[in-house]
Amino acid sequence: MLCCLKAALAAVIAIATLTDAALAQTKPQEIKIGITTFLSGPASVFGVPAKAAAEMIAEDLNKKGGIGGVPVKLSFIDEGAGGEALVSNYRRMVQDEKVDATFASISSGSCNQLVPVAEDLKVMNFMWDCGAASILETKKYRYNFRTQANGTPEMLAVLVYLLKTKPDFKTIAVVNQDYAWGRESWEIFSTALKAMKPDVQVVAELFPKFGAPDYSTEVSRLLALRPDVVLTTSWGGDLDTLVRQAGQRGLLQQSTFVLGIGESSIQRLGKDLPEGLIVGARGDHWFLHPEKKNDPAFKAFAEAFKAKTGAWPIYPVYHMAQAFTALQTVYDKAIKANGGNWPTREQVVDATSGTEFATGFGRPITLRPEDNQGLEAQLVGVTKSFPGYDFKLLDNMMIFDPKVITNPAGVRSVEWLKTLKPEFVKMDVPTFKQ
Amino acid sequence: MNSTLAILAVLDGISYAALVFLVSVGLSLIFGVLRVVNVAHGSLYAFGAYLAATFSLVIAQVSPWLTYPALLVASIVIGVVCGGFIERFLLRPLYGRDDVLQLLITFAAFMIMDNLQRLIWGVQPIFAAEPLKLLPNISVFGVNYTSYQVILLPGVAVATLFGLRYFLRKTLAGAVILAVTEDREASTAIGIDAQRVYSITFIIGASLAALGGALASPTTSLVPGMGADMIVLSFAVAATAGLGQIEGTALTALMIGLTRAFVIYLQPEFEVLVPYLLMVLVLLVRPFGLFGAVQVRKI
Amino acid sequence: MAGRIKPITAVAIIFFLASAVLPLFVASWATLFALILAKGIVVLGIVLLLQAGQVSFGHAMFFATGAYTAAFWGKYIGGGDILIFVALGGITSTVFGLIVGLFVVRYREIFFGMLNLAFSMVLWSLLEKMFHYTNGADGIRVARPGLFGFSFTPETFQYVILYVSLLVAIAAFYGVQRYLDSPLGHMLRAMKSNETRLEYLGMSARRVLLIGYVISAFLGGIGGTLVSIIQQIATPEFGFWTKSGEFVFIAILGGGAHAFGAFAGAAMFECVRFYAAAHLADSWQLILGVVLIVIILYAPNGLIGLRQRYGQSRRGGH
Repeated sequence: MLCCLKAALAAVIAIATLTDAALAQTKPQEIKIGITTFLSGPASVFGVPAKAAAEMIAEDLNKKGGIGGVPVKLSFIDEGAGGEALVSNYRRMVQDEKVDATFASISSGSCNQLVPVAEDLKVMNFMWDCGAASILETKKYRYNFRTQANGTPEMLAVLVYLLKTKPDFKTIAVVNQDYAWGRESWEIFSTALKAMKPDVQVVAELFPKFGAPDYSTEVSRLLALRPDVVLTTSWGGDLDTLVRQAGQRGLLQQSTFVLGIGESSIQRLGKDLPEGLIVGARGDHWFLHPEKKNDPAFKAFAEAFKAKTGAWPIYPVYHMAQAFTALQTVYDKAIKANGGNWPTREQVVDATSGTEFATGFGRPITLRPEDNQGLEAQLVGVTKSFPGYDFKLLDNMMIFDPKVITNPAGVRSVEWLKTLKPEFVKMDVPTFKQ
Repeated sequence: MNSTLAILAVLDGISYAALVFLVSVGLSLIFGVLRVVNVAHGSLYAFGAYLAATFSLVIAQVSPWLTYPALLVASIVIGVVCGGFIERFLLRPLYGRDDVLQLLITFAAFMIMDNLQRLIWGVQPIFAAEPLKLLPNISVFGVNYTSYQVILLPGVAVATLFGLRYFLRKTLAGAVILAVTEDREASTAIGIDAQRVYSITFIIGASLAALGGALASPTTSLVPGMGADMIVLSFAVAATAGLGQIEGTALTALMIGLTRAFVIYLQPEFEVLVPYLLMVLVLLVRPFGLFGAVQVRKI
Repeated sequence: MAGRIKPITAVAIIFFLASAVLPLFVASWATLFALILAKGIVVLGIVLLLQAGQVSFGHAMFFATGAYTAAFWGKYIGGGDILIFVALGGITSTVFGLIVGLFVVRYREIFFGMLNLAFSMVLWSLLEKMFHYTNGADGIRVARPGLFGFSFTPETFQYVILYVSLLVAIAAFYGVQRYLDSPLGHMLRAMKSNETRLEYLGMSARRVLLIGYVISAFLGGIGGTLVSIIQQIATPEFGFWTKSGEFVFIAILGGGAHAFGAFAGAAMFECVRFYAAAHLADSWQLILGVVLIVIILYAPNGLIGLRQRYGQSRRGGH
């Protein structure tokens, strides 16, 4: 029985390898890209705009002749359909549709599931939005790259901004969603805080259920505790609810709020978001990026996106653009390296390591060759009203150099954060007015 | 924990309990009369919330005070349209058939409504806080509360409780519902249209779920998936109380609301566990619920 | 019956053969069929309880128990073997099933369903909240285990797990058939029609149900272990009430009257979800919901029932 099985398997594998080899090297009709994104569930606040962006970018790219003269074709998978459907559909996309590259995923949970699958199936995968630092720290992958930063620089930038602008606070409380990002971001933040400013007292650590509809009790408790600073890295409907319930009852005025990834909620919160909140953006993403806002291509993209979806671009839109630019850059690089001939998949993967690419929507990004982690600048600002906008804009923005605030390759985030000194805060960071 | 914090926790617990009660009592009522566990109840809650938000965003431009009647209108619309549809076209063909099928068809309705909600209202969180902002804040020991949450919501819950009691015990329509619940065949024999009683009860129950959603809409972001969480919470409350027990549901909602609030102050990690642990403990000792009586139906 | 293969058995044999052969031609079907088989095993447990007229709305707790058994082994011990995982998953869920079963078999119908739901929600909240042991909502990765000490490349592994699932599924299918045909199985069925009569015969209805319940928990655990190995992850979602609902859904879809209904339902469910999620990403839930309504209203005996009804009308039955 077992030997028959083995023989059958060997035959299957032989057939599979043969067809793969036969397909290589000819210039294809199209480059197929498989994208996983949230089309249902709470995280569709990121997934749906990102999908719109992907379609917009692909259309634009194909109008300009595609990548190396070959048009791109997209297919999408819903991350919200649950783990089983996600993994089986991902396999279908790679094995049946034979996509050339995948962009997966938004949630770190999905990345955790799909990264090993991509490695198994030998398909190039760009982790285009998931933030868990640990994925690339525990293992060196060949086929998986992260075309953006991870939680460590994202949280560290926010913390340094807080320490630079409000150096005297004594107490802090945290209200994060109860899942990996909420826990991990607090671990990063609190570890670094303890290292750089050990006298701060943590007065409450609240982890309400992901998707909790009501924070009244948490707000009451914080109102009674009166912490100087309240940190939250929540997002989507959870963040909206928390900010509105806290604002209605005066908590936003009582404590300094730090919204770790609040950039994506600013437009929705509108007038309910007061001035003076510290807001992070998971990268240097802001539709009025101080270094880019007068750039015609940047403006045209933002306006086209607004015309298509009714809202200005938010960070997942820029993350999607990064994945596309990275793909285009590495294909161009691989074609060049192959003497102008169409490269094999493996040649494309070879070309990807260490690539630097620039979307033009923010500072350039480098894929660090040691661990395939993207080095992406971080923008943090404070909310302020400006005429002409019915929501708050960011002011006093700082843009952090990724080389300074990202842990070195080979050193785990938490270990590195423990070694930070109070002097770390004194780094030079350019500040921009709106 | 000092007495100040205890008072704060009580206030938080009451406002939470009020919302939970409104949703659970509808579920309990439907079970009491139709003997159907309505899994789509959470979706009716979500639809009520979404429609109320849609109405109040429009009407607020005319006058913000009109948002209050808008909440009520939205919940009745959902109760009659969605509730009526589910009862007439999904449940009615199944009366007298296996309980499982009735329950599963409401599960199917839940899946469909969950999907429709996304297609109709999209995935971006919706927020319509006008009714919450109109009423002033009140301060308790220096801590601000919205009077919407600590006065209006509990007020509506108490009014609903007594309204339902009065309706069932003192009006003819209520007597008819009770009669059908007690003995369907006998009441049909004396000329009561049991089919109609089922419809009306289901619509009332569905409207209560939608009302819960409508009243919650000013305080929370409306997001996809909000119904799935509500159904099991309200189910836990109704089951702990004893399915079909109206006053019992009120007391149980209060108990769960208060326990939850104290847990958040003392041991926030156990918040999610509270209602389910309570449910297991109660059902193990009293399978018919805290207030349920064996074999005797009482609503 | 003897000497002649019943049509339903023939269909079952064709199905198992198809799941052995078809994935050899379409690689991505290996995982799809493995999932169908693993879920079918879980649903067998639901079908078993349906024989006694009982519906558990908390069966996902055993599914999650099996899955987390494999996950914890990987997290705290490391390595592992498919057979060890499946055996351990079966053992833990049997033990858990026995403990929960001792409480729940005292109740019937809605109360039975409710208490099961309550237990499963407690397990779900623990998995979700014990962040430091369970990784909370994100779950624990299950590293690819070996088999008999061999380790496999990813391409081979998807077939290995497919054939392991197939063998387990066939064994479970056969075992459940035998059980239902045995005196114990007849007693279980008797509970649905007349429990009191069962007691008059000197049988303890509770004990009969407890045996059925523990077997069904065992099947749930094995199925959960297999799914966690196929998915390479275990998350609290595995124990959420919607998962339990899904299993009952599949059982009704396939038809609760025959053990094969479990696999017919699982095949239908996974295929609809797989292709709907691929081509109509915005509305797969809607489609599944409509399918369920149509089945309940027009074919209450499920897919299996459809065939039987067709067969009857052909033979001039009613």
